[in-house]
Amino acid sequence: MMNDKQPLINYVIALGDDSMILGQRLSEWCYHGPFLEEDLAITNVALDFIGRAQMFYEYASKLEEGARSADDIAFLRDTRDYRNLLIVELPVGDFAFTMARQLIVDLFNQLYLGQLAKSADPTLAAIAVKALKETDYHLRRSHDWVLRLGDGTDESHQRIQQGFDQLWGYVSELFVMTADESQLLAEKISVDRSALRDDWDTQLNSLLNEATLLRPDTDWQLSGGREGLHTEHHGHLLAEMQFIQRAYPGLKW
Amino acid sequence: MVAATVGSNIIPILPELFNRRQKKRQSSACPELWALLDQVVDPEIPVISLWDLGVLQDIIKEDQQINVVITPTYSGCPAMFEMERDIVQTLSAAGYPSVAVETQLSPAWSTEMISAEGRQQLFDYGIAPPSVAKIIICPQCSSKNTQLLSQFGSTACKALYKCNDCLEPFDYFKCL
Repeated sequence: MMNDKQPLINYVIALGDDSMILGQRLSEWCYHGPFLEEDLAITNVALDFIGRAQMFYEYASKLEEGARSADDIAFLRDTRDYRNLLIVELPVGDFAFTMARQLIVDLFNQLYLGQLAKSADPTLAAIAVKALKETDYHLRRSHDWVLRLGDGTDESHQRIQQGFDQLWGYVSELFVMTADESQLLAEKISVDRSALRDDWDTQLNSLLNEATLLRPDTDWQLSGGREGLHTEHHGHLLAEMQFIQRAYPGLKW
Repeated sequence: MVAATVGSNIIPILPELFNRRQKKRQSSACPELWALLDQVVDPEIPVISLWDLGVLQDIIKEDQQINVVITPTYSGCPAMFEMERDIVQTLSAAGYPSVAVETQLSPAWSTEMISAEGRQQLFDYGIAPPSVAKIIICPQCSSKNTQLLSQFGSTACKALYKCNDCLEPFDYFKCL
C-alpha cells in the first residue's frame, strides 16, 4: 500500500526500529548485570527504549489508519523489513562494549532529539520532548561508566577501548540521510543527521579524552540497516523477540 | 529533633504546569468525576492519586460519553496500562459505562505536575519527592546527610539513595 504519507510512515517506523532493537538488546542484561543496582538501571533504560518504540509505532499505526497495530509492526515483520541502524543490533558483547555503544548512541540521541523536538510534525515533536528528558539520564549514566572503565584498571581500560574500536565502523551510518528523510527535511519534519556530526565528534572526543581513551582509527564503515540489509545477528534477535507471536498468532498478554 | 516536612523551607510557588492543570479541574463541568477519580492511585505507589501524581490531565463529558485524558510518566512505564484499566473500572462501577482513555504526550509529563499533597504523600510513604535542590532528605529519619547509590532505582522514575545517618536505603523520585 503506497500513499502520500508513505515517506513519513517509513521514517517513523525506522525511528521506532532503532529504539525497539536497542531496547531488546539491553533487556538481555536483565539478571546478568554486574551488580544489582546496575541490573536495575540497565533494564530501566531498556524499558525507556521499548516505550519510545511503542510511541513511534502507535503513531505509524495511526498514519496507516490502523492497517497494522503497533504490535503487528513490532512482532510481524521479518528482518528485511526492519529499518534500524546496524549499530543497535550488534550483540551485547561484554559490559564495556554495551556501555561504549550506549555512549555513542546516547550522545547522538541527545543531539538528534533536540532537533526533532522542533519538528513541524507535532506528534514527532512531542515524542522527542518526552524522549529527550529520559536521554539526559541515559547519557549521564553511560558517560559515568565510560569514565569509570576508561580511567579504571588496565583490564577495564583495555575492554572499553576495544568496545569503541569494534563499534567505530558502525558510527558513520548514524549520520547518513535516507531519501525519505531528505524529502521530509524540506517540510521541516525530519532532522538533518549529517549536520550533527561536528557537534557529536567534538563532544565524543572530549569524553574519550577525559576517559583516557583513544579515538579509534578505523577506515572501514558499514551501512545498510535503513535498506533492510542487516547483520546475521538481526534474525536471531527477532527469533527470540517474536517467538510467542509467531507460535501463537494473536495471543494477548 | 524537628521533623522536617517536604516544603518546610520553600516558598510555595505553584509550578506553571501544575497551575494549568488545576485551572482545568476548577473550571470543569463535571467536578464529581474528578472527585471520583481521586480514588484511582498509582499501582506502584498506592498512596498517590493519578491527580496528585500529575497523570490525570482532563475529563470531558459529552452526554453519556466520558473521555479521560492522561499523560504517561515514563515512556515504557508498565503501570500506565493498569492506570487506564483502573480509571475505566472506577467510572463504570459508579454508573458510567462509556469511558475512553486517551493518552496525551504534550506537554510532556514533568515532576512539576505533582501536587504539594502528592509530594507530602510520597515523603510519608518513604519516597523522597523530586527536588531541584542538591540535598535529598531521608524520608525515614529526615537527615540531610544522604548519598546517591544509583541513578535508577526499583522503577524508571526513581533513583536509589542511602542515608548516612540511619543507614537505611530509600527511593528518590527523580526530577524529570
